[in-house]
Amino acid sequence: MAAARSRNISVSETSRPVLPRHAKLKFDETRQVWVILAPERVLAPDEIAVEVLQLCDGVRDVADMVDLLAAKYAAPRDAIATDVVAMLQDLADKGFLTEVREKTS
Amino acid sequence: MSTVITDTKPQVTDPKDALSALEGRSSIAETFGIPLAVLAELTHRCPLQCPYCSNPVELDRGGTELTTEEWKKVLTELAEIGVLQIHFSGGEPTARKDIVELVQHATDVGLYSNLITSAVLLTREKLAALADAGLCHVQISFQGNEPVVANRVAGFKQAHQKKIEVAKWTRELDLPLTVNAVMHRQNLFQLPDIIQMAVDLDADRLEVANVQYYGWALKNRAALMPTIEQIEECARIVEEAEARLKGTLAIDFVVPDYYALRPKKCMGGWGRQFFNISPAGKILPCHAAESITGLEFESVRSNHSIAWIWQNSEAFNRYRGTGWMPEPCQSCEFKEVDFGGCRCQAFALTGDAGNTDPACTLSPLHEKIFKIAESEAAADNNRFIYRNFAGGTLETDGDHGA
Repeated sequence: MAAARSRNISVSETSRPVLPRHAKLKFDETRQVWVILAPERVLAPDEIAVEVLQLCDGVRDVADMVDLLAAKYAAPRDAIATDVVAMLQDLADKGFLTEVREKTS
Repeated sequence: MSTVITDTKPQVTDPKDALSALEGRSSIAETFGIPLAVLAELTHRCPLQCPYCSNPVELDRGGTELTTEEWKKVLTELAEIGVLQIHFSGGEPTARKDIVELVQHATDVGLYSNLITSAVLLTREKLAALADAGLCHVQISFQGNEPVVANRVAGFKQAHQKKIEVAKWTRELDLPLTVNAVMHRQNLFQLPDIIQMAVDLDADRLEVANVQYYGWALKNRAALMPTIEQIEECARIVEEAEARLKGTLAIDFVVPDYYALRPKKCMGGWGRQFFNISPAGKILPCHAAESITGLEFESVRSNHSIAWIWQNSEAFNRYRGTGWMPEPCQSCEFKEVDFGGCRCQAFALTGDAGNTDPACTLSPLHEKIFKIAESEAAADNNRFIYRNFAGGTLETDGDHGA
């Protein structure tokens, strides 16, 4: 029996987060709102969360995302970094972010 | 950034209010808002014979089922009117030969798909084909944590072993897995082991769903009703496990409402945020609604659109909102909290779907049903009536349905 592993990642600037297969980010045309679809749930992320989630492709790391957002909003990098990591950690804790699986087998 | 996401759970088992975040936005069925998630009962055929099956006692025969083309048209229409998630259920949805085609079509029209399955008909190839067709999530029902209890409850030899095998394939294919454990007097003693089984299977979620007593389960109530001590122990075990397994396994817990003080907000309120489609194509406010005699349900085979049926049909409007409520519901401060509980249960136990759900302490019948639950649990008559198209078969000492 394998030890129970935690599914939730710890987000840092080197993380390369991606939505897990069971979570789909989608624009709901009917209600004109972005949603995350997950088992038995529909979640409505706010505008900033949507913008960050769209950058989560499993390739780009958090540091890159912060650089992009800091440039786009001409905002201090440190402040953006703090906010983005906190937001991604919140999503990860709720089970809506993961990292690309390392091939171990 | 405390409210990054707003949770709008449209749960089937324990519906929370899905309208708060998304209501008021325009859709074709503007007044009530089209549900975010719909349950498609593709068939009532199932190799298992669980005595608590949520299907109606009057099962739809195979010949009445919607065709592949009809279901595809329904899926397209659902996506167009704003439904986001489709739960493929049954009976056993994989008893349909076209299940892969239907999942693929759901994907093509942009629906998030969930397969609610007994798993016993699945091969690894079929499951891989479903994954390739875009299936987003798999939910497998378990009747216990080991074959002796589980196969007897399912009325199917080798069911448990097969389910374990399919659950492993599910995770190997990197599909998210929910273990659905339906709990009652005869398997509640296994709950700690069932929780461990879900962890060992690498499930993402576990539903600890105490039986709800409609249809087949009502027929089998005497064999299934837990004791109040069991329910208290069950709640304690779930609470401990939730704390211990945080971040590893999410647990949803459904309590049996005979022992509750307040009724559940069944389906989130009649016709407020949920509908399901029966194998023959009827649009129902809940999967048990056909048990209420005197209500006419419209079909997708009628000339009406699904949005029209949702918004305008007599059956949906009959118990919608709070205007229909008699006392003690009408003046109750909780009337918009629980919407009077469950219409099917009110009908089954009082003969009138418009009465207060006896699960509520304010119902004049509450004490009576509490006593029924207590005495049936104490009598400990454990023989099942197995679910089948013949109206049920009583378990004998030598024959456990298999």
